[in-house]
Amino acid sequence: MTAMTQAPHGFLSPTGVEVAFLLVGLVTFGAALVTVTTRQLVHAALWLVVALGGLAVEYLLLTAEFIAWVQVLIYVGSVVVLLLFGLMLTKAPIGRSPDADSGNRWFALAVAVCAAAALVWVVVDAFRTTWIDLGGAAAGSTKVTGASLFQNWVLPFEALSVLLLAALVGAIVLSRKANADPTPPPVNGRAVTQSSPSVTNRGIHPIEQEGAR
Amino acid sequence: MHLADPAVLSALLFCTGLYGVLARRNAILVLMSVELMLNAVNLNLVAFDVWLSKAARDTLHSGQALTLFTIAIAAAEIGIGLAIVLAVHRNRGTADIDRLRDTAEGHEDGTAGTPTDAAADEKAEATA
Repeated sequence: MTAMTQAPHGFLSPTGVEVAFLLVGLVTFGAALVTVTTRQLVHAALWLVVALGGLAVEYLLLTAEFIAWVQVLIYVGSVVVLLLFGLMLTKAPIGRSPDADSGNRWFALAVAVCAAAALVWVVVDAFRTTWIDLGGAAAGSTKVTGASLFQNWVLPFEALSVLLLAALVGAIVLSRKANADPTPPPVNGRAVTQSSPSVTNRGIHPIEQEGAR
Repeated sequence: MHLADPAVLSALLFCTGLYGVLARRNAILVLMSVELMLNAVNLNLVAFDVWLSKAARDTLHSGQALTLFTIAIAAAEIGIGLAIVLAVHRNRGTADIDRLRDTAEGHEDGTAGTPTDAAADEKAEATA
């Protein structure tokens, strides 16, 4: 950190990036607060879009470009759409639902405020004199991220693809209709009805007739 | 940029998600709050990776790689979680977490628990 102290840093002379970070951070935090407190379920999902998009802008301000676009593609593009589909399929009420919050709301508020106070105090106390140098080349361009991902993180990357495949199969199995189980699929049914007489009555039915059929 | 700025924002977002997980009653809203908590962790990882990539000489860019992994695992988690919520809603007729206390102890003689459980059981038997 001694290499970064040649530029004067101060609380009273913020740069444009810091101002933009604080403003977008305020918008993101407000959208997150509305997400967890609103009583309209669809509005909660739409405010979640604002919060996640604000986080993508924060990644851009931190010069992590690839993460920002991945955030926009996956979170704003697919996760929120999945959440909206889930809200529709569980027949969520459109208007204000009075029972969106449970009875232990004040206990949850106390826990969250205590955790926030402790975390903010510890973090500010620990990183009071630490500065991020945002000049120079971008720390998270696509070239840098791809090079580090495929040089140092290849094995976890492939394991992650297997995990995604397992999650896909698991989601399909979980969301399949359960009433398709008593009747077996037609391929297995034909195999059972054809193979069982050929096994039990092997001496009666000739082999070539089975093969011709 | 001050390193405490993204760290404080991350802590506040995490506690917002914590409040949502503890206070919400609909299961899908709980999943949204879990997404908020995961995003707070992602912001921390990205901020510290940007700081370390300039402060240290050569890094593995582990923060950004772990952020990508977290995003992929969150996508898998939201798929599996929604499938479970939809299966519960199909069997029980509700996605309300407070009514899903079949395995809880000490709630057998609840005032509102018994008729709703009976109705949910009847609905589960009707749909099964």
